[in-house]
Amino acid sequence: MNASILETIRPAGMTRRQFIKSVIAAGAVSSCGLLHFKPAGAAPKTSPEAVERLITLSVNGQQRRVDVMPQETLAQTLRNKLGLMGLKIGCDRGECGACTVLIDDVPHYSCSILTHSVRGKNVLTIEGLARSDGTLHPLQQGVLDEQGFQCGYCAPGFLMSTLGYLKANPNPNRQELAHAVSGNLCRCLDYDKILTALMRGAEYMRKG
Amino acid sequence: MAIIRDGIPPFELFRPTSVEDALTLAKRLGADAWLLAGGLDSLERFKDRIIQPKAVIDLGAIDALRGIRRDGGDLVIGPLTTLTEVQHHPDIRAHFSLLAEAAGEVASPQIRNQGTLGGNICQDTRCWYYRSGWDCYRAGGGTCYASEGKDGQNREHAIFGIEGCAAVSPSDAAPVLVALEARLIIQHAEGGREVAAEDFFVGPETDITRLNVLRPGDLLTEIRLPATWANATFYFEKVRDRPVWDFPLVNIAAAMHLSGDHINKARFVLGAVAARPWRLPKVEAAVAGTSRKAAAQTVARIAVDGATPLAHNGYKVILVRNLVNRAILGKKNA
Repeated sequence: MNASILETIRPAGMTRRQFIKSVIAAGAVSSCGLLHFKPAGAAPKTSPEAVERLITLSVNGQQRRVDVMPQETLAQTLRNKLGLMGLKIGCDRGECGACTVLIDDVPHYSCSILTHSVRGKNVLTIEGLARSDGTLHPLQQGVLDEQGFQCGYCAPGFLMSTLGYLKANPNPNRQELAHAVSGNLCRCLDYDKILTALMRGAEYMRKG
Repeated sequence: MAIIRDGIPPFELFRPTSVEDALTLAKRLGADAWLLAGGLDSLERFKDRIIQPKAVIDLGAIDALRGIRRDGGDLVIGPLTTLTEVQHHPDIRAHFSLLAEAAGEVASPQIRNQGTLGGNICQDTRCWYYRSGWDCYRAGGGTCYASEGKDGQNREHAIFGIEGCAAVSPSDAAPVLVALEARLIIQHAEGGREVAAEDFFVGPETDITRLNVLRPGDLLTEIRLPATWANATFYFEKVRDRPVWDFPLVNIAAAMHLSGDHINKARFVLGAVAARPWRLPKVEAAVAGTSRKAAAQTVARIAVDGATPLAHNGYKVILVRNLVNRAILGKKNA
């Protein structure tokens, strides 16, 4: 590419490297959009109840303004638009649990709920657990200390399910906790170690 | 096929806040609209392009459709009440523990947290031919891939009431509502009606394309439990391949009014053996007026009267026999 052309369209105050990175990022975002969504089309509004696309979501304690298509799932919005990549889209069918987030403190599969359905509710993702100074949440610390996961792909979902359950029952036995995370699958088949780690995290949480 | 199935095709989304608004919308949009409760059954099929609605009416913002209250002798459950709420509600646990138990056995914690009682009983069948978009009878086509021909995969399919279609009702709550003689209130912009749970669910002999009587424009607004079976002796058991997070292979919901060991009156309803919850009226008649032990000995055979198992689901006949036995005697004594 001709460097001088880049120079001419580069916004003032931006280094060449920053500008190239931003162009690549913008391209990636727009192609993701094409991959995942068709444009909503020009369907005319037929009723005042039809939803507005520009909405405010409460995510990890922050108010986030975001343009959400009617057919968009919460997992898509959180990952593709708000950059919260901790949750994983494993099966995208409400089976594996890797996309689990808390909605008003209750675990949900974010792949299986429309983003518009969570307006006015508080969404908590794995990114909202650690403190801003980097101190891990006691549940995370427990998992780290016990090295509970192998590949870790399912870990954010397991942690969010556990966190939601512990709000109702902070002192579960192993079997109760196993039942509480029964909606989360681990393809490494590491369930025993995962449970040990989550039990450790629950213990740390009780100690505060 | 190069279909990207991760996104849902576009639709117009409505979030009415009152039953009246929802009914007006449902009437105006008719068959173009899809009513969304918890969305767990629906979103999956939107993603797979099995259903492609032009408009979706999300019922989640209608507060009047959720919650549990007393009304005279009835316990009234809003259909948008989540299965977790049903499972833990003190009134349901105290008087209709059968329903609390069944709700707690559905799927996984996340699904119970979002899935609703109304959605659970209105969900469509899991038959994979149908859900994968095959042109079977239920989808308006000309065959049943599960039961016709020697290669049909029908381990999970029906043993009763197969008339064309061998799909089964996958719900854990539906047999319970039939056992408890629940009444369902259905509203429409042009008026409402009340339907007994037993008549709400339909088999292929009535309508091969649907599992219940709801028509476009209809909205289930109340699930009413009469006092008839409150505090009865209950039995619920769900047999499935995994101990959690699975659909039933067979489930049974039973309610018995006992005097000591003597059965005065009973209801037995099976799930996942037919397109609708399968009541056992012959068993109910046979056990009334006998002791539990005598009843258990006499009903094993009549429980499976009329069963027509397919190539791979003969085990369901044995399961039904044993489940009815256990329902009568209780798990400990069976």
